[in-house]
Amino acid sequence: MVKRIVLNFPAESTQKPVIYDIVKKFDVVTNILKANVKGDQGGRMVVELEADADKIKEAIRYIKGCGIEVSSLGSKIIWNRDLCTDCGTCTSSCLSGALTIQAPDWKLKFNPDKCVACKLCLKACPLKLFSMDVFG
Amino acid sequence: MEKTYEEINEKIRKGKAVVLTAEQVSEMARTMSPKEILNKVDVVTTATFGAMCSSGAILNFGHATPPIRMERIELNGVPVSGGLAAVDTFVGATDCNPQKPEYGGAHIIQDLIDGKSVVLEAWGKGTDCYPRTHIKTNISLETMNEAILSNPRNAYQNYNVAVNSSDRIRYTYMGTLLPNYKNASYSSAGELSPLLNDPECRTIGLGTRIFLAGAQGYVTYNGTQFNTSKPLNKYGVPMGGSRTIAVAGEMREMNSRFLRGAYFEKYGVTMYVGIGVPIPILDEDMAARVSIRNEQIETYIEDYGNDFKLIGTTNYAALRSGEIELNGHKIHTAPLSSLARAREIADILKGWIEKGEFLLTEPTRPMPVSRSIKSLEENL
Ligand code: SF4
Ligand code: SF4
Repeated sequence: MVKRIVLNFPAESTQKPVIYDIVKKFDVVTNILKANVKGDQGGRMVVELEADADKIKEAIRYIKGCGIEVSSLGSKIIWNRDLCTDCGTCTSSCLSGALTIQAPDWKLKFNPDKCVACKLCLKACPLKLFSMDVFG
Repeated sequence: MEKTYEEINEKIRKGKAVVLTAEQVSEMARTMSPKEILNKVDVVTTATFGAMCSSGAILNFGHATPPIRMERIELNGVPVSGGLAAVDTFVGATDCNPQKPEYGGAHIIQDLIDGKSVVLEAWGKGTDCYPRTHIKTNISLETMNEAILSNPRNAYQNYNVAVNSSDRIRYTYMGTLLPNYKNASYSSAGELSPLLNDPECRTIGLGTRIFLAGAQGYVTYNGTQFNTSKPLNKYGVPMGGSRTIAVAGEMREMNSRFLRGAYFEKYGVTMYVGIGVPIPILDEDMAARVSIRNEQIETYIEDYGNDFKLIGTTNYAALRSGEIELNGHKIHTAPLSSLARAREIADILKGWIEKGEFLLTEPTRPMPVSRSIKSLEENL
């Protein structure tokens, strides 16, 4: 099977040759579709994985083990966290539960794994802090 | 033991005042009586950070040579008031150019506070004393004379909860309301909200010094649509929107962390404003008032899909739980105002008072004690 995933590299993990590793260790054919990873700042990469389902699963587990966040290509939503006021207005439209705000800290949380890319938040946020990923 | 403003201010000057946020004191009240709270606490800080459409700014641009009597004015293409003498204007938060409804007065105010320059274009008919008929130039907070945030109606005391029973989506100032009761939105900061901690405005009046968008500002008057006639629940809390305050402050001292231009889909522009109000604990009655907790603050649920009918009541503890029940429907709730940022404001104000940088003011005139609001009759 072929699966496209998004890798979110945190700043400290970019040194590891993950892509090379998954090719060697799991015999997964990889095809980097887009990459925007800067030396010490981390970044994002869209990768196509081709292998049987079990191997893909193992490869993804391995990548996550390296401290890299993996999300499926379904979650193409980008949230501008720096300008967010944590008002919570967007959570009312997010029926998939990807956007949540609750006690104790009442700060907005975005879980890309739950996002179904319905785009309702693009309109719901009064500060227009959501956009579609250029990767999508 | 009652306290006066002067006694509390003396403690503040000496750095000895005990200041708590309204959330902290509400928690304390679970185990302490109003009398004990009066003895222990001097000031309680309250705050809110929410969308407040009735806001704006008074600007004075200064005169150009040759001078112009600005009769039609645009800022970044947004028409603003041309009805204030030659070079004054009022930028209403909801002013906008209908061709580009997503950018309006509130965004101009935020851009100015962020130090950005804004394009001023103005036209006049030309008079003997103001010969010029057109001007176009960049302005910023640095180039202007006065820049005063001046909001006619802010910090509503309580507000209704919005739901939508109809079968189509409603875009409102209460956010996007999904059909068939799929969500409910509420906007008050509840037990942290300024006017819910002093429901009769015993300490909030004309001249009260407050936190306004990062600066020290003032309550200038009762807000428009000031209403004392809403029914009270058994804890003395008015049900639904009632009292309001008008506020003003120096824009140059403000910070856009606490003031944001916003656009509600298919509704229009509005402005998020951060307000913090200190409440002096003068006596046991004030101690009891600030002890109010979310479960004691009730409000009406209004159906925005069916003529704003009142269809139930709920309280802020239920709203904060993420789900309320209404006629058998379980409805997902979402806030519109930021509790996280309101808490930040209450903490900043607490810090100012603890450090002696902010003294309390006794109102120079109290708020009206009896007011109801009129609706608009059509009589032509
Ligand atoms: S796109 Fe839809 S599912 Fe994804 S975060 Fe926005 S509202 Fe939620
Ligand atoms: S609506 Fe916008 S500003 Fe408000 S919490 Fe969501 S992302 Fe943040």
